[in-house]
Amino acid sequence: MTDALSQYSVLSLYSAMAVYAIAFVLFTIDLATKASEGRVSAKFSRIAFALTWVAFALQLAATVMRGFAASRVPWANMYEFAMTGTLMITAVFLLTNLKWNLRFLGAFITGIVLILLGLAATRYYVEVVPLQPALQSYWLVIHVFVATLATGFFALGFSLSVLQLMQQRREVAVVNGTKTRLTSLGRLPDAVALENFAYRLIIIGFILWTFTLIAGAIWADKAWGRYWGWDTKEVWTFIIWVLYAGYIHARATRGWRGTRSAVLALIGFGAVMFNFTVVNIFFKGLHAYSGL
Amino acid sequence: MSPRSSVMDSTEPPAPVRNAKLNLAESGRWVWTQLTSMRTALILLLLLAIAAIPGSLLPQRAADPNGVTQYFSANPDLAPVLDKFQLFDVYTSAWFSAIYLLLFVSLIGCVIPRTKHHWDALRQQPPRTPSRLDRLPGFTEREFSGVAPEAALSAADRVLRAARYRVVRYERDGVLSVSAERGYLRETGNLIFHFALVGVLITVGLGGGFAYNGQRVIVEGQAFSNTLIAYDSFSPGRFFSDSALQPFNITLNSFTTRYEERNANAIGQPIDYTADVTTTLRGGDPTPAVIKVNQPLNIGGTSVYLLGNGYAPVITVRNAAGQVIFNDAVAFLPQDKNFTSVGIIKLPDGLPTQLGLVGFFYPTVSTGHSGASFSMYPDLLDPMVTLNVYQGDLGINEGLPKSVYALDTSGMTKLTGTKTDLPSLEMKPGETAALPNGMGSVTFDSVKKYVSLDVHHDPAQGWVLGFAIMAMLGLFTSLLIPRRRMWVSIQPVEKTKKLLVEYAALARGDDPTLEAAVGHIVDAHIRDLGLTRD
Ligand code: HEM
Repeated sequence: MTDALSQYSVLSLYSAMAVYAIAFVLFTIDLATKASEGRVSAKFSRIAFALTWVAFALQLAATVMRGFAASRVPWANMYEFAMTGTLMITAVFLLTNLKWNLRFLGAFITGIVLILLGLAATRYYVEVVPLQPALQSYWLVIHVFVATLATGFFALGFSLSVLQLMQQRREVAVVNGTKTRLTSLGRLPDAVALENFAYRLIIIGFILWTFTLIAGAIWADKAWGRYWGWDTKEVWTFIIWVLYAGYIHARATRGWRGTRSAVLALIGFGAVMFNFTVVNIFFKGLHAYSGL
Repeated sequence: MSPRSSVMDSTEPPAPVRNAKLNLAESGRWVWTQLTSMRTALILLLLLAIAAIPGSLLPQRAADPNGVTQYFSANPDLAPVLDKFQLFDVYTSAWFSAIYLLLFVSLIGCVIPRTKHHWDALRQQPPRTPSRLDRLPGFTEREFSGVAPEAALSAADRVLRAARYRVVRYERDGVLSVSAERGYLRETGNLIFHFALVGVLITVGLGGGFAYNGQRVIVEGQAFSNTLIAYDSFSPGRFFSDSALQPFNITLNSFTTRYEERNANAIGQPIDYTADVTTTLRGGDPTPAVIKVNQPLNIGGTSVYLLGNGYAPVITVRNAAGQVIFNDAVAFLPQDKNFTSVGIIKLPDGLPTQLGLVGFFYPTVSTGHSGASFSMYPDLLDPMVTLNVYQGDLGINEGLPKSVYALDTSGMTKLTGTKTDLPSLEMKPGETAALPNGMGSVTFDSVKKYVSLDVHHDPAQGWVLGFAIMAMLGLFTSLLIPRRRMWVSIQPVEKTKKLLVEYAALARGDDPTLEAAVGHIVDAHIRDLGLTRD
């Protein structure tokens, strides 16, 4: 029973990846086509967005089946972190779109999700195993879930900041009357609007990350007998928190708004990804639960 | 013009005065203004992030002392240089401390004036209505007929108060207006957040000074009392005194483990560790309790954690005359996940010479192709002990404390095992083996389990948590509560005999819903006046 369920989970995940891949191609075409050809590409963007919902549903099914197969939350090793983490990234993207139209981020979001899922499924797949005693805690449910949710918001903020930087270049080129290959961005919100969107999403991510940090310390105190010990994973969680605090201050500092604060958002998300991949895989520490 | 910049500007440094005759007080003030500027705070934050990185790349003495030792032997040239720069103690190093201390000085210097500023703002009326609203965000105009100016004014007042604004009425050149402000909690939250960070830093520092942390191994049936000498290892904070040790006893009644038996991908993976104990706090009754990995025991303000576990074979040694010279449960240290374990028995007295026994314990013994034994499962299915006998000076007469887990065999003669004429002593439970040269016998009576407990006491921990939660709540309010001003101005229009009503608002900080908020006030105002929307 468990075996069958986890196999269906894998099947469902691979189907989700196939659909994400198609959505990614369509989103990219949409982003790259010029405003004048807008008719066709607007259709592409709509289809791609619908496909992202489909992929999300398939991935959600995969994740839920994995959880049932294991009789626990499906986030207890690297493969499962990737599965749930990318699910959250897509979820935040889809839900944010109910409020603001940020479909133009689709290429970034499906791209990030595809890369992470591809790596996880091919390199880090592990069979379902029970939780070791150190992970048997409701803090696993809360702490890791909120961390992945925060990652979803940071991913969106990152994508917006990349676009903001590109948009800024285009705007400068337009003002100076120089040529630019970024003309297709003319349809998107201007750099300031992109920056404002990025900021709103990142502060939500930051609040969630602050919670993750505190919850992690409480859990560490229960499991390891100290709330903070500069374990590698703790160090990187702290670094990410400080980087994003820097980002928030940059937005409030004259001369740091715009490009510089966007670059900080990129560095912050770089650190999030580093923490999730390199630190989990190569660094030794107490958090060596990733089940590699 | 934005009220947000008025506060932020107060923390901006003025253009530095490059004057050779800058006196001491002036340059002091200049340094202070620089230090407490937002830009400096930002730079220090980024520096702090960078400075934290090396501690995750290199082993740290506090977290991983063995790693540091290994690093030194692997990189004998590089390691001392890195050590000079305190790179094995990053988080207590002078340079790391300097960064965060400067950051916190900057923080305090920044937050105190802002607190005063905010305190004043809290007791002030909202400012005068600007004479022209039409360039402000959310500007909206409406014309009402059949409404008296005073009625429109009190309706605006009511509606804004209902929306939790602080409201004051103004009149200028026949134009009536209300000026309203809300969201003072945003700045309050921001200040609480920054103060709470200072609180976290101070309580973490103080807590570390008064805390202690000790480890102790207990075999089933044994007891431990919380005194300094009872610990196997102990690390006190700088201000620790013996009185911090709460007088309690813990007896380990039994320790049970459960291993996965059905899931083929995880056979032998531990799924539960439970220590059943009886605790006694001085003057109290014995109380049963349970310690698990994620479930420490709290007793007398002290936490007791289950850190590790292992097997303690019960061994009896008799001399040639049959007298018992040793009888104890010996804790063997696990070497792998199937609990192949190593243990030491020292026999200083009762035999013709001193003997040291170096033993292996296998809870489920198996033999590999090479003939070497190993354990293939962590639970006690087929336990076996093997012992190698060493003869010679145990080195414990010099009065130096020696680890019970190590035996220095360099000055001793090996009597059994590889490279000797005799095989190792091998015993299953209940079996007895003869010591070489007719010196006596060894009996493997039974197997008990042991746990290693970590005892931790940090009197400031609750305070740290309190400040952390305060920071979290402060952050929440300061990032999510909008701070905005709103104005409604009312003037009769001579020609049309109607009432011209204007609405506008101004946000502090980022406020995506500002215009919608004006819309709501407009609607509510119209409704309050009993008019229909035009
Ligand atoms: C330990 C160092 C610091 C950390 C971790 C930190 C963190 C933060 C965070 C997370 C925020 C956004 C949330 C909020 O508005 O409450 C913030 C805002 C702010 N911080 Fe800090 N801060 C630090 C030091 C400082 C210092 C030294 C200053 C003064 C120079 C400062 C001035 C401000 C101001 C003015 C804001 C409001 C910015 C805005 O309106 O967007 N902070 N800080």
